[in-house]
Amino acid sequence: MNASLWALTLLQVLLYAALAPLLVGWVRKIKALLQNRKGASVWQPYRDLYKLFGKEARMAHTASILFRAAPYIVFVATWLAASAIPLIAIPMPTSAIADVIVIAGLLALARFFLALAGMDVGTAFGGMGASREMFVSALAEPAMLMAVFTLAMTAHSTNLASVVEYQLVNDNILRPSYMFALAGLMLVAIAETGRIPADNPATHLELTMIHEAMILEYSGRHLALMEWAAQLKLLLYGVLLANVFFPWGIGQGTGFAAASIGLVVIVTKLALLGVALAVSETVLAKMRVFRVPAFLNLALLLALLGLLSHVILEVGA
Amino acid sequence: MISVDALWWAGLAIALALASAALSLLTASVPRLLRVLVMPLFALSALSALIAGLLALINGGVAVAELPFGLPWLHWQVRLDALAGFFLCVIGVVSFAVGLYAPGYVRGFEQGRDPLPVLGGFGGLFLTGMLLVVLAADAFLFMVAWELMSLSSYFLVAFHHDHAANRRAAFLYLLMAHIGGLAILLGFGVMASVGGSFAFDAMREAQLPFGWASVAFALAFIGFGMKAGLVPLHAWLPEAHPVAPSHISALMSGVMLKVAVYGFIRVVFDLLGQFHWQWGVAVLIIGSISALMGVLYALMQHDLKRLLAYHSVENIGIIFIGLGLAMLFYASGHTVIGTVAFVAALYHTINHALFKGLLFLGAGAILHSANERDLDKMGGLLRRMPWTGLFFLIGCISISALPPFNGFISEWLTFQSALQAWQLESGVLRSLVPIAAAMLALTGALAAACFVKVYGVAFLGQARSRHVRRARPVPLSMRAGQGVLALLCLLLGVLPTVFIGLINAVPQQVLGHGLVQATAQGWLWLTPVSPQTASYGAPLVAIALFVAVGLGLWLVGRGVRRVRRCDAWDCGFAPPSAAMQYTATAFAQPIRRVFGLLFHIDERVEPQQNGHLRHSLQVSDRAWGLFYTPVVRAVEKTARQVIRLQSGNVRVYLGWTLGTLLVLLWIMA
Repeated sequence: MNASLWALTLLQVLLYAALAPLLVGWVRKIKALLQNRKGASVWQPYRDLYKLFGKEARMAHTASILFRAAPYIVFVATWLAASAIPLIAIPMPTSAIADVIVIAGLLALARFFLALAGMDVGTAFGGMGASREMFVSALAEPAMLMAVFTLAMTAHSTNLASVVEYQLVNDNILRPSYMFALAGLMLVAIAETGRIPADNPATHLELTMIHEAMILEYSGRHLALMEWAAQLKLLLYGVLLANVFFPWGIGQGTGFAAASIGLVVIVTKLALLGVALAVSETVLAKMRVFRVPAFLNLALLLALLGLLSHVILEVGA
Repeated sequence: MISVDALWWAGLAIALALASAALSLLTASVPRLLRVLVMPLFALSALSALIAGLLALINGGVAVAELPFGLPWLHWQVRLDALAGFFLCVIGVVSFAVGLYAPGYVRGFEQGRDPLPVLGGFGGLFLTGMLLVVLAADAFLFMVAWELMSLSSYFLVAFHHDHAANRRAAFLYLLMAHIGGLAILLGFGVMASVGGSFAFDAMREAQLPFGWASVAFALAFIGFGMKAGLVPLHAWLPEAHPVAPSHISALMSGVMLKVAVYGFIRVVFDLLGQFHWQWGVAVLIIGSISALMGVLYALMQHDLKRLLAYHSVENIGIIFIGLGLAMLFYASGHTVIGTVAFVAALYHTINHALFKGLLFLGAGAILHSANERDLDKMGGLLRRMPWTGLFFLIGCISISALPPFNGFISEWLTFQSALQAWQLESGVLRSLVPIAAAMLALTGALAAACFVKVYGVAFLGQARSRHVRRARPVPLSMRAGQGVLALLCLLLGVLPTVFIGLINAVPQQVLGHGLVQATAQGWLWLTPVSPQTASYGAPLVAIALFVAVGLGLWLVGRGVRRVRRCDAWDCGFAPPSAAMQYTATAFAQPIRRVFGLLFHIDERVEPQQNGHLRHSLQVSDRAWGLFYTPVVRAVEKTARQVIRLQSGNVRVYLGWTLGTLLVLLWIMA
């Protein structure tokens, strides 16, 4: 355990928090351009967060202590989950502390408190959001686990750094199991991060909202943390897709050059993924809530097919 | 070698439990004795059982003794090995918490008409029975103890017998316990006929041929599975467990089901001592189905205790998934991974005992202070009962398998063993294991949804009825009982290596393989297979989580003394009233709709006389229609046939007796 390794890890952990609003700003900008609008600057999410942190937080009379604690728990759990995924370089000691199942567990912990916070004030919208969030995630989480299990079983490790390294050494992208897992994980990522067609991040006062309904009662710094956590989650899924399935260019050592190349590469990959997300959000319409299960069942089916095609076709061969 | 000491402590535990049962006869005249004498004795008994179990686990080795009771040619034999020690710990720790909790809880019964000697006496006998089952080393004592456990818990289920529904549940419980007991007895009979004796040692020596071994396995699986509540034999469980007083429900769901798991492990892993992939597949499939169906039915409940009882079905399913994986891997010679799965099952056994005990005690606390079991009438209890609220939250997080609490560890271990499925030779098995893992993942996610529902509806929001609004915090003894279990839930989640180090003696003795590599990297690292394959630094994650949340609260919230309060925003609509909140039924509606085929749903909207519409919804268990009703019909039909024998003429009866005697003589000769 040398110092530069931990310095690099700390840098990656901080980069996660720093880059998260930028990705959201980028997606919004591209969406605006696609819709023939000029759109806000890509830095706008940072300004929003800054402003929210400076504002006074208000709470409803009926809110309990859980309402106050939840934003911190949600943010920290999401951040910890992210900090175990290699961002710009593979050597990452935190990947050994928290493997991919722990990452899923931490995300589930964040979601648990997010949904509880939605129910805390006792409004109809909050309960609706919580109910739908847990309903969607109940179907999405197994799909996510199955997709990453496909990779973990291939790499014989649930440590994400090892998985990425295995991917980089053995060029496996054209295996059928990977294609299924990739497709499954993309659908899960869309549903879990509350994007169109599962949920619409840009809506309020609409009976179809999920994530926004849960954080409706938040204000000030609490809201800032909740928003930031959601941005982190989007970045987390983006990095998961980018680095696990397309690991080329990620730094393999702890050197400065490898890390800077890794940073440039991951920013490029995320920018491309952001464009893809913006295009799909522009082209697709939001689904009815009860169409979402079909969407997620497809994700689960794809992920399970990936795992099965791995154990049947690829292990024996 | 142990372990005379351990056995001495176990004997003390039984003596104290019997003393608590005997002394409770006095409570008929002095009700106060129940909480000042009987329940403390109960707790002391549990504590000595815990000490006995820990000694047996730490020292290893086996202690045996013979009691001067029983059949002339077979005195009762007791044996305390690591497996028995582990289950003594499970029984002891939850019973100890119950013993702490009960003095506060039973106080409410002192003024009532309910007979207190029944509560204390059968409680003591119940504990005695469970301890003896675990200690028994011959089939005869095992069955006697098993029946003692079943019968005494029957009287506890029937404690509130003034409701017809409770009497029906108790009868159903009795019936199922005996059908299960019959299957277990027959299973022992098969093993004894080959082994030549009812002593466990003889059965362990005997090498059963595959056919007879499979019969014994099937009988044990049915018998113990029925007691443990595996689908499709589970339907009695959510009827019987909730109607007992809450601390007894905690014992039944938290501990008695584990005794059934113990019986299964003892018979299949220890006495039969052979593994076949067919058995593993059967256990894995039944376990997966139980887990999924249990959680789905739990989601549909709005009676808190019934919901928790259905979650027991789910968790027993998860334990059996682990056991099934262990059997599968052992049958194919992968002992290391099989041991991982076995340890995962054991870890989930103690976890479930802890958090289910905790949750039932929490439900009892709500019942005690708000007299309410229906979630749809609760709300806002966190502000009324903050300590119970905190402990219940810990229980909810633990059972939802979220880090850094204990439920996550066992789920993580189960996944780790399932992820080694690529090592299996058969392609069918290789694909079966991932499907079971997918069902486990789905179960975990649905459990989280269910407990968001429970906690959100019961403890958050506003009270939905007047008596819940007036709930008061519960007495100290009840808080202490819950606190002990909540603390253990956290400890088992944060320090898995310590506890796995303790449990390790069990696979070492039963299977001959320990899990040394799991804790080889120091106490920080849990590495079940190897450090390269998977590692989890549970203490580090927990520390990071707590430190970062604390730091965040300090950094972001510093300088802010109070947050100003205002009306809820709710998109600017009219201020929300308590009736506008999501109820438990509403919360689960999307899931009810998606998984609708699995339930029997009776939903109707009927106009009433005053012009209002009345909406009624009844979700019932399909197992009744599919498995129970046909059996009942068949029994009734057979009974009607048998009635024909009953002519009322004594000569005909004598004729039947003579005929039976002749047939028997003919068979014997």
